[in-house]
Amino acid sequence: MWERIFVILRKELIQALREPRMRVLLFVPPMVQLIVFGFAVNLDVDHARIAWMDMDRTPESRSLRDRFTGSGRFDIVSAPGSEAEVQRALDRGEAQAVLRIPQGFARDTARGRSTEVQILVDGTNSNTASLVASYAGSIIAEYSVNLMERQQRVKVLTRSPGSAVSMATPQVTARSRVWFNPDLYSRNYFVPGVIANIIMMVTLMLTALSIVREKEIGTMEQLMVTPVRPIELMLGKTLPFALVGLMDVVLVTVVALLVFHIPLRGSFLLLLFCAVLFLMTSLGAGLFLSTISQTQQQAMLGSFFFSTPAFMLSGFAFPIRNMPVAVQYLTYLNPVRYFIEIVRGIFLKGAGVDVLWPQMAALTIYGITVLSLSAMRFQKKLD
Amino acid sequence: MNSVEMHLLVKKFGSFVAVDQVSLAVEKGEIFGFLGPNGAGKSTAIRMLCGLLTPTSGSASVNGFDVAREPEEIRRTIGYMSQKFSLYDDLTVEENIDFFTGMYGVPREKRAERKRHVLEMANLSDRRKALTRTLSGGWKQRLALGCAILHDPPVLFLDEPTSGVDPLARAAFWGLIHDLSETGHTIFVSTHYMDEAEYCHRLALMYRGRVIALGTPAELKAGLTEHSLLNLDSSDPLETMRALEGLDGVRDVAVFGGGLHVTVDDVEATSARVRERLGAQGIAVRKLERIEPSMEDVFVALIESEERKAA
Repeated sequence: MWERIFVILRKELIQALREPRMRVLLFVPPMVQLIVFGFAVNLDVDHARIAWMDMDRTPESRSLRDRFTGSGRFDIVSAPGSEAEVQRALDRGEAQAVLRIPQGFARDTARGRSTEVQILVDGTNSNTASLVASYAGSIIAEYSVNLMERQQRVKVLTRSPGSAVSMATPQVTARSRVWFNPDLYSRNYFVPGVIANIIMMVTLMLTALSIVREKEIGTMEQLMVTPVRPIELMLGKTLPFALVGLMDVVLVTVVALLVFHIPLRGSFLLLLFCAVLFLMTSLGAGLFLSTISQTQQQAMLGSFFFSTPAFMLSGFAFPIRNMPVAVQYLTYLNPVRYFIEIVRGIFLKGAGVDVLWPQMAALTIYGITVLSLSAMRFQKKLD
Repeated sequence: MNSVEMHLLVKKFGSFVAVDQVSLAVEKGEIFGFLGPNGAGKSTAIRMLCGLLTPTSGSASVNGFDVAREPEEIRRTIGYMSQKFSLYDDLTVEENIDFFTGMYGVPREKRAERKRHVLEMANLSDRRKALTRTLSGGWKQRLALGCAILHDPPVLFLDEPTSGVDPLARAAFWGLIHDLSETGHTIFVSTHYMDEAEYCHRLALMYRGRVIALGTPAELKAGLTEHSLLNLDSSDPLETMRALEGLDGVRDVAVFGGGLHVTVDDVEATSARVRERLGAQGIAVRKLERIEPSMEDVFVALIESEERKAA
């Protein structure tokens, strides 16, 4: 049994390494994905462009302005003087948000009256918009708390000069400290997820393609008349891609650590082991696809049909918690979801088996089901 | 024990009957030919015998193993060459041989000897390191045959092995097939080249899924005795065809090479009538003689009589 598997494996490797296109296909897409998700896809709002419309022009309004520029998150790109200019700045995308300080801002605050600062946010990109709004909101809130404290102090001092009256005002502030990804880099969130993505791409598509290709050129028929057992043929055709998938895991991990400085807090061996669990599912799906496709185009389309929703509903890019409840339940059917959770858990949280066992169990059940389903369909028959 | 037996074998694809109640037996050491036009059901029948397709009804056995119940036992004892060239183009000659040696599970101690044998037989010893895609049609076909007999199977199924190969290579290939039958191998071969039928010991003519004639090439030709065949060489073949249409005693006129083959009931009487009619139309008769029918004549005649039966 093992001998035949070895013979098929050797043949696959010879073919894969001899074909320049194949060599490229095995290692370039992982690298491209890594670079795209590591460098290009950046959801962090670092230097949001804002327009500053100051209708008050007082030391107070300037001090608020300083807080914005001093935060490092905002660049003030223009100072519109009229409504028309505000409109234009937003329309042309020169500014992502406009802050408007109303006339009488300093006067009202000095009198202890509430006053409002308007933030106009360009909501075209909802993600950026909500980040900008919340950053701006927190700066204004901080400013307001400071203002209150100062006024309280002034009141206390003026009311009882010289006395040691407590000037403290009770207040509750939220001090949030972010764990696992303290700087909230989206890169830390994306790069580990690329591992899941790449394994799925490489194994699902290449497995299906390599089997269907043999159907197309007629060698599958030739293999079927040999005494090779279906299980030997299956293993021989899938193991090479399992190896490639694992090599890609190593490759992506090394680049993630060295180039992107993503922390790997958990065990690399556990990561590899979980990758094997996930491989069972994606290889099984690839095999299944090969049993229902007659041509390479069909296999290709089929793999997109499977991988696109699997990718969307995996939590890789879009948080599962933000999805409609029904869709959230649907994601439990998605093997990629579990693997993404595992990969992020191991990389960022240093999670171990004690935490990740439910996901690992889900992947195991999934893998065994999909593999045996495909094995049942994978027969040495043409009809 | 017969090498191959088929009993009322039927294969349907939906409502289309690809193989229709075929019964026949092939003896050990025979070269048995399946002759017929494309789509006659030859490949389907062979695929059923190899265990690749499940029969709809009827039964068949190869080397004593039942096609439907024991396909794995059959696979150990057959070699198969499909219509399409089905080796790996991107492997070398030697790599292909090694791969299939492993697939067939040839015992370790026999491998070197089998490989040498196959390379010599296919005359590929010098090209063992060549990529298969660089070989010409004839070489590829011999390599495919070689890979099909690595495990020395007693029965060999060849599905149109010579399609797309030049005549010289075809002749050489049939030489190899003959050698194999001499050493006791049974060869079941399909072809649509009528001239190749002469190489076979026995033939089955297939048409629309049915076997319409079965026998040695000589028997099949002798079966055509109710009619005789005349070879007619005239100055204007086209005009001649029109002139002979409907002439009493003339059953059929077919273009054959530069001349015409005329099927007649009675040689003497009809010959005279043909000369008379053509003379009247001013067509010169250069030659008019009785000839032995070729396999193609037999085939055309049999199919026409089938069509008449159907109509």
